[in-house]
Amino acid sequence: MAKITFITKDQETIVAEADSGSVMELAVEHNVKGIDADCGGVCSCATCHVHVAADYMDKLEEAGDIEKDMLEFADNATAFSRLSCQMKISEAMDGMVLNVAN
Amino acid sequence: MSENISREHTCVIIGASHAGVNAAFALRKAGWPGRIQLYDAGSLLPYHRPPLSKAYLSGEGELDKHLLKSAHAYEKEQIDLHLGSQVSAIHPKEKKITLANGRSQVYDKLVLATGARAFIPPIPGIEEASQLFSMRTAEDAIQIREALEQSDKKRVLIIGGGYIGLETAASLRKLGAEVTVLEREEQLLARVTAPALSQFFQSLHQSHGVQILTGKNVIEIKAAEGVNEVTCADGSSYIADMIVVGVGIQVNSALAEAAGLAIDNGIRVSATAQTSEEDIYAIGDCTSHHNPHYKRFIRLECVQNAVDQAKVAAAAICGKDSVYDTIPWFWSDQYDVKLQITGLSSDYEEALVRREEGEAVRFSIWYFREDELLAVDAINHARAYMLGMKFLKTGQKLDKTKLVDPNVELKPANLVQA
Repeated sequence: MAKITFITKDQETIVAEADSGSVMELAVEHNVKGIDADCGGVCSCATCHVHVAADYMDKLEEAGDIEKDMLEFADNATAFSRLSCQMKISEAMDGMVLNVAN
Repeated sequence: MSENISREHTCVIIGASHAGVNAAFALRKAGWPGRIQLYDAGSLLPYHRPPLSKAYLSGEGELDKHLLKSAHAYEKEQIDLHLGSQVSAIHPKEKKITLANGRSQVYDKLVLATGARAFIPPIPGIEEASQLFSMRTAEDAIQIREALEQSDKKRVLIIGGGYIGLETAASLRKLGAEVTVLEREEQLLARVTAPALSQFFQSLHQSHGVQILTGKNVIEIKAAEGVNEVTCADGSSYIADMIVVGVGIQVNSALAEAAGLAIDNGIRVSATAQTSEEDIYAIGDCTSHHNPHYKRFIRLECVQNAVDQAKVAAAAICGKDSVYDTIPWFWSDQYDVKLQITGLSSDYEEALVRREEGEAVRFSIWYFREDELLAVDAINHARAYMLGMKFLKTGQKLDKTKLVDPNVELKPANLVQA
């Protein structure tokens, strides 16, 4: 089980738990504002963009090529950017804080 | 009127797919304090449509995986979702709708998100065809899957070589069907892309064992003992156990039309998604709207338009400033190929193909009218897609020679004209 904290652009904090699925699915389930997930999770739209807290970056599996390409020119992209639809929930994410990018 | 909206006000939304559902949630986000009544004739919890012809049809994951929002999310946001509720009329003067079950509901604001339905062309014999389906709803996908499972020979004929037809072909091929695509025009995707992309998809499907036949105008279907014989204008005919029709859509505008709203290739709306009636908005596939980038009225069939118009309408209803001026975007997944499109390429004069070096197939097509970039089609090339969208937003002029040179790295500093 991983407990993940989302902080939205208007500073709402939502804590959610899951042991499977994607981080995007968890965010949608909990109606996290700013995680629109328009394409439904196929890495086509960049509307599930989050910034990962620095201390968790190296605990995550590396982004794939398509995700990296999507993020390079995405609005508000930083070195800590990820597309949450591509982040599979794992134990290693327990305690992770994510700032919603848009 | 924003300061006057109270909890006693009601916003009614007709249609609970991408547009309607997003409008409901966007209304809450924009601060709508009143009731939200969301109606849909369908019985399933609203789901993402694009996966239907892709992952869902090929059996990856159940519909639960593709819900737009969880049941809990509607409750939490106090959105009253009425499934299985067909709306039969809108009465703009009385500001109410009536339902097929005889009940009525008053509204302060009404949002039409009635979408579109698959167009079934009037081909002689089509009504009597055996195992003939369209591919628009979850029910369609479920029926196609079931029919294929039960079919012995699994000979599937797809009428229409557009995105729906091709995605369906790829998914059914994955499930072991013998698939033939009949396209009326001389190339696939004729309406929407440059020949280079049409040819790419033709080869892609052929390499996966799909028979692609162009210039095939279907004129008759004869069914006997569960087998269809499909005849084309050139005299050729094909045998099929199943037929999937993917030749476009028809807008669901009858309710709006009967209510006297302005219609012109869809429900005519303003930049704030308002119809010709002050308190009625329309969003998504059913609307005809002005696009400021392309300076013309358009109707779009895509998730982006549904979601973005939903947000604009919600803001307008809550008295906030917001106008619709988004660059359209689309995607299609077939086999292991991802196509991403940004912009609208119609009326292009020049289509420049940029092929990246390397083993993997990776290229992009840049559509121009004179110096103006209109659209980008990106094959396995998210970078070109995202960059294209950026250039479309900024309107920067590009150096076309550098753009098509694979030795020039694809980044703004290299491509934008000084």
